[in-house]
Amino acid sequence: MTRRTLMAPVLALIVAMGALAGCSSQNPLSGPTTSALTTIVVGSQDYYSNEIIAEIYAQALEGAGYTVDRQFRIGQREVYLPEIEAGGIDLFPEYTGPLLQYWEPDTTARLGDDVYAELSRVVPAGLHVLDQAAATDQDSYVVTRDFADQWGLTTIADLAKVTTPMVMGANSEAENRPNGPTGLLDTYGVSVGFTPIEDGGGPLTVKALQDGQIQLAIIYTADPSIAADDLVSLTDTKGLFLSSHVVPLASDKIDAAAAAVIDAVSAAMSPDDLIALNARSVTDQLPAATIASDWLAAKNLS
Amino acid sequence: MTYLKGALAWLVDPAHWGGAGGIWVRLGQHLLTTALVVGVAALISLPVGIIVGHTRRGSSAVGAIAGAARAVPTLGLLTLFALALGIGLTGPVMALVVLAIPSALAGAYAGIQAVDPAIGEAARAMGMSEARIVWQVEIPLGAPVIIGGIRAATLQVVATATLAAYVADNGLGRYLFIGLKTRDYAQMLAGALLVIALALILEAVLAALQRVVRTHVTAPGTARRTQTHT
Repeated sequence: MTRRTLMAPVLALIVAMGALAGCSSQNPLSGPTTSALTTIVVGSQDYYSNEIIAEIYAQALEGAGYTVDRQFRIGQREVYLPEIEAGGIDLFPEYTGPLLQYWEPDTTARLGDDVYAELSRVVPAGLHVLDQAAATDQDSYVVTRDFADQWGLTTIADLAKVTTPMVMGANSEAENRPNGPTGLLDTYGVSVGFTPIEDGGGPLTVKALQDGQIQLAIIYTADPSIAADDLVSLTDTKGLFLSSHVVPLASDKIDAAAAAVIDAVSAAMSPDDLIALNARSVTDQLPAATIASDWLAAKNLS
Repeated sequence: MTYLKGALAWLVDPAHWGGAGGIWVRLGQHLLTTALVVGVAALISLPVGIIVGHTRRGSSAVGAIAGAARAVPTLGLLTLFALALGIGLTGPVMALVVLAIPSALAGAYAGIQAVDPAIGEAARAMGMSEARIVWQVEIPLGAPVIIGGIRAATLQVVATATLAAYVADNGLGRYLFIGLKTRDYAQMLAGALLVIALALILEAVLAALQRVVRTHVTAPGTARRTQTHT
């Protein structure tokens, strides 16, 4: 009796392993990628703000007479970049710093124009970056207003003045990446603990900050909650974080005419615009399509 | 196949077993979380289930509540609890208790209710108090089904306790989240295999307990008879 009841899960495990082995060699994103020449595939990260920018690109292109295939919310950089490099996606809103680090992990460029110049140099054949926008969205270390006032914090280096133990809260991948505790120790000599909160600097992270369960969180600079929840983003004086402007990554299918459409969008997008766009999503819960069309209309780009 | 080989290579690397974030620590945390959750769920659901089973009243209400609780998405509940109570283990443990209660509760009242009413009547006719009927007649007879409910709850909790890592530095779920976010699928699969292994071990232990209870508590006579026959 018992032997039989035990055999069932063991068999199920073997079958599951077989199924895993069968599918592991296939790329889950691969599929029919052939499309008419006039159809432009626009992709986006699995990040609401990135989706809004992608939607703006898509609507601007549609306004100029192009047909657009939207492939939004694909995932993280490690997932979608191979697909872009393989030619499956033609246009993707990216961020200069992290994109440069993907292709050149050891880069020493930190400032906006250096990063952009370096990035333009290392983009693989078949791809190119269009003009970068003034809008930036980068990792930043964030503390509560109370904590900043208590210890007199304005820059990341000021964290050295804090004598009580500090814990950083962020997505688990930050634990071993240069933007996490390792980088903070290497660049600023400040050591902090780490606790994973898997909502990408969302409400759980803000709540943990306010409750004092963590003292330091990684929250994007364009996140409306920094202003809404009265948080302080610490200035990065030693270039721990790369400058991270919004930049369209384009395949060669984006010709000069299409590039001009997107460049006009990038030229119009200021840092405050991006925060405002994000706030309309987070605070007003509007869909990306509405936010995008409203913004394009306001900028006379539609 | 590449991922499976990578996962096995990840598992046999001794560097992954020791230390604060090592496999032994994560396994221990996972097991403790599971034990805590199942323990709390049992404390809540066994008394309720046994009373409902004994009195044969309110079973449809309990069944409806337990059925509805099964439909609650654990990750959503966990996020709600964590937003109310802050990050750490409290939110996940509460969400997992809600996940575990339906199975444990169903096992408890089904186990008691399945006991032939004539046996209870006979015990009552012999002058046994209601409490003694519950303790000495119904619980021993219903024990295998009651343990079956705990077993089902344990299996659900051990697999779902990976979600604790969503808001806490705890358990085998850490390998799943890190692996997923950094595309380290070998690590992710290794974490999943560890969860499966732990689930199978707990399943085997509880199945053995169920068998021991069945042969020594529920029907000791039959066991002895079988032994003399063989």
